[in-house]
Amino acid sequence: MKNEIRFFLNEKEVVYTGSATARLLDVLRNEFELTGVKCGCKEGECGACCVLLNDQLVNSCMVAMGFVDGGIVVTIEGYRKTNQFRVLDKAFATTAAVQCGYCIPGMILAAESILSRNPHPTAETIREGISGNLCRCTGYNAIVKAIEIAANEGEGLW
Amino acid sequence: MHKISNSVTKKDHDEKVSGSVKYVGDYPQIGMLHGKLIRSSYAHARILGVQTPELPEGYFLVDHRDIAGENIVHVVQDDSPAYADGEVHYRGEPIAMLVGPNEEETTRYARLTEVTYEVLPAILDVEESETVFFDYHYERGEMEQAFSDADQIFEEVFYTGYQEQVYLETQGMIAEYKEGHVTVRGSLQCPYYVHGAVAKVLGLTPDKVRIVQETTGGGFGGKEAFPSFLAAQTAVAAVKAQGKPVRVVFDRREDMEFTSKRHPSKSTYKVAVKDGKVTAMDIDVIFNAGAFTTLSPVVLQRGIIAAPGVYNVPNVNVRGRAVRTHTVPTGAYRGFGAPQTFFAVERMMDHIAKALDVDTLTFKRAHLVKQGDQTSTSGIYHYPVPLPAMIDDVLDRSGYLKKRKNYEKAGIERDRHGIGLSLWFHGAGFTGSGERDFIKAKVALQKTADGKVEILASNSDIGQGIKTTFAKIVASELSIPYEEIRISNPDTSRVPDSGPTVASRSLMIVGELLRRAAIHLRSEWREGEAQRVEEHFVEPEFMIPFRLDDFHGDAYPTYAWGVAAVEVKVDALTGVNEVVGCWSAFDVGTPIDLNVVVGQMEGGVLQGLGYASMEQMNYDKDGRIRNNSLSDYLIPTAMDVSHLDVQMHIEEYPYGPYGAKGAGELPLVGIPAAYVAAMEQAVSFPFSHIPLTAEETLVALSGQSAREAQKT
Repeated sequence: MKNEIRFFLNEKEVVYTGSATARLLDVLRNEFELTGVKCGCKEGECGACCVLLNDQLVNSCMVAMGFVDGGIVVTIEGYRKTNQFRVLDKAFATTAAVQCGYCIPGMILAAESILSRNPHPTAETIREGISGNLCRCTGYNAIVKAIEIAANEGEGLW
Repeated sequence: MHKISNSVTKKDHDEKVSGSVKYVGDYPQIGMLHGKLIRSSYAHARILGVQTPELPEGYFLVDHRDIAGENIVHVVQDDSPAYADGEVHYRGEPIAMLVGPNEEETTRYARLTEVTYEVLPAILDVEESETVFFDYHYERGEMEQAFSDADQIFEEVFYTGYQEQVYLETQGMIAEYKEGHVTVRGSLQCPYYVHGAVAKVLGLTPDKVRIVQETTGGGFGGKEAFPSFLAAQTAVAAVKAQGKPVRVVFDRREDMEFTSKRHPSKSTYKVAVKDGKVTAMDIDVIFNAGAFTTLSPVVLQRGIIAAPGVYNVPNVNVRGRAVRTHTVPTGAYRGFGAPQTFFAVERMMDHIAKALDVDTLTFKRAHLVKQGDQTSTSGIYHYPVPLPAMIDDVLDRSGYLKKRKNYEKAGIERDRHGIGLSLWFHGAGFTGSGERDFIKAKVALQKTADGKVEILASNSDIGQGIKTTFAKIVASELSIPYEEIRISNPDTSRVPDSGPTVASRSLMIVGELLRRAAIHLRSEWREGEAQRVEEHFVEPEFMIPFRLDDFHGDAYPTYAWGVAAVEVKVDALTGVNEVVGCWSAFDVGTPIDLNVVVGQMEGGVLQGLGYASMEQMNYDKDGRIRNNSLSDYLIPTAMDVSHLDVQMHIEEYPYGPYGAKGAGELPLVGIPAAYVAAMEQAVSFPFSHIPLTAEETLVALSGQSAREAQKT
């Protein structure tokens, strides 16, 4: 059996030839050097390693490579080239939502996941949407506010 | 508000929001070795032998025999080894490090390394400890007289648990040794603490040691003293690795279980009341220090100085002890001893008011300190105490008075409501004379010939925004755009020692030095020339010198103030509660950046609510911490407290930059007391410990003492 996993990573088709049971997190960080994907706990609790897999927000530490075959993966490195990112970037700057920064790549992708499903979410929806992403610095207010601002400013993008 | 408070885009925003900045673990592994610590399996044992499996070429073991200098990691005292030699004193104490090129293989060989032990008896209960590391005492007034004159005497014991920092980035360090020089790069708060520790362990002169702070994913005190250990251990491995860099990054479980955390405490309060007023407090505080002294003396000092709270009590007698147990050494965590005693004193005041059948807020207000009053250590509150206005503000925003009255009728419905309030301060900067006698901070500004100005200071940005606030201060004095001021992560080969990033001191002390340096540079500015100016710390003249031997004098130059109301709703069937809202008011002087300061306040409040409610960590009969993962030790998510309302009050401190005081620790300190006060009203049960969990709430609802229930 040919052990070859093909998928789209940040809009480029890539091939991974290692173990199908390897964690997506490790492969992204070690093989593809995408270190914007952070490792916070490796047990699916903290959300620092969140990426988009087929438009779904996933903890990449909980995804086996075999599951990625044929899929579309977007990490912060790919997402930061989008117009949506530019709006979120500015909104996060406006509220100083970035403190230590370690949760932020995952948090930005969580924001994308929320807004792509609901362009005008309530604060409650936002809180639910980022509840899998732990932040120890901010108390979350600045992040929730930033996503609200992005929703307003990014009219038509989501 | 001062115009400097207007928020800007943070210096580190772009590189962090885009995910492009590198933390320790993000550098490519190529050419780097990986280190895995081998740790004690017992709380107390003699080490009989360490046997690795047969190791392939490139893999090796590092232990105390590889230390060229002293096997001592200097913190305050010199009792902690880098690698255990002969005996281990807590479960998880580092014995050796397995080093090799492949991470998985290194971890596997570390696991296969066998340590043989002779197990020794372990002391795990503070009450049974035979070693008192530190025993402090201070007294003011006539205690005996006050107690003999008292109408009533109240006595109660309060407990607080561990709290783990849970910075999102775990501890990590990279060390490299070349031609007699060592460079250590890491996730850390205090480059010069690490510098001193590494030089001592490696036996190198200071000029041969270079420490660089890498972008740090949160600290909260957890990266104050602890990185000195990891840096020393990794540096010893680097010397043996002969030129190859060695990296150690902890996994989450290792980090939660084996790094320093907040001291568990037991505080006994005995309070004399005469004519409805507190006349004396006799306080006995015990902190569980764990196996080594580390930062316990200074944590304990701050804890006992805060023990009488924000109240003017004419007679106080305070004793504090930090005792040894065979458990992981406890250390710095935001608030540094004060959250423990503020929890106790605020609950004590609430309980006395209840017993006297008077409104608790009225009772507290009648005792508030004000400007000119004596502090607990016979210093003076030199500056205005804005608590009354802050209380009014919190009452107004929270609707406290009406809710408190409504919720007082004990509920019979499934949803029970409660609201509570607490008052506190945080002494700004180091306790006592540390700044003047030990730190002696220095800063520099470096100007290039083309007029670019760089800030040179050893304070690290760990998320609190110090790069931003420092740069704003210098930009403001030099009338240069903020964006053009340069500031990098501190590197001891480039920056002077402006002290550690601790004690809410960086902005107030070092920020003021930078402001003065900028004024200095402005006055001597020469176009087209490279220039460098330096500033040194000078203690303000108004200070009453603090004596540590009898705790006498100004422990702090000034104080930051906090007031909070917390409202809860408890499900009487399940014990699960919801924090309906938390309304708080803080005075940290002039906010140098409003967004930055409010972000600190909101983050600190939520950590305080976590500490009070869900963050539970215990060890078992073998001294093993049971809650070593984020599944077993819960921290608040975005859904736990959705209404978190912070308001700033500004009482300027003339010796801080533009009137700024210490800020970072303040918001956490008094929150647990307000939360428990709210729970107490909702459940109609007197609580005296944190964390107060859903399980214990349920037990209390059944009428049983929660603490008794926990014991059985």
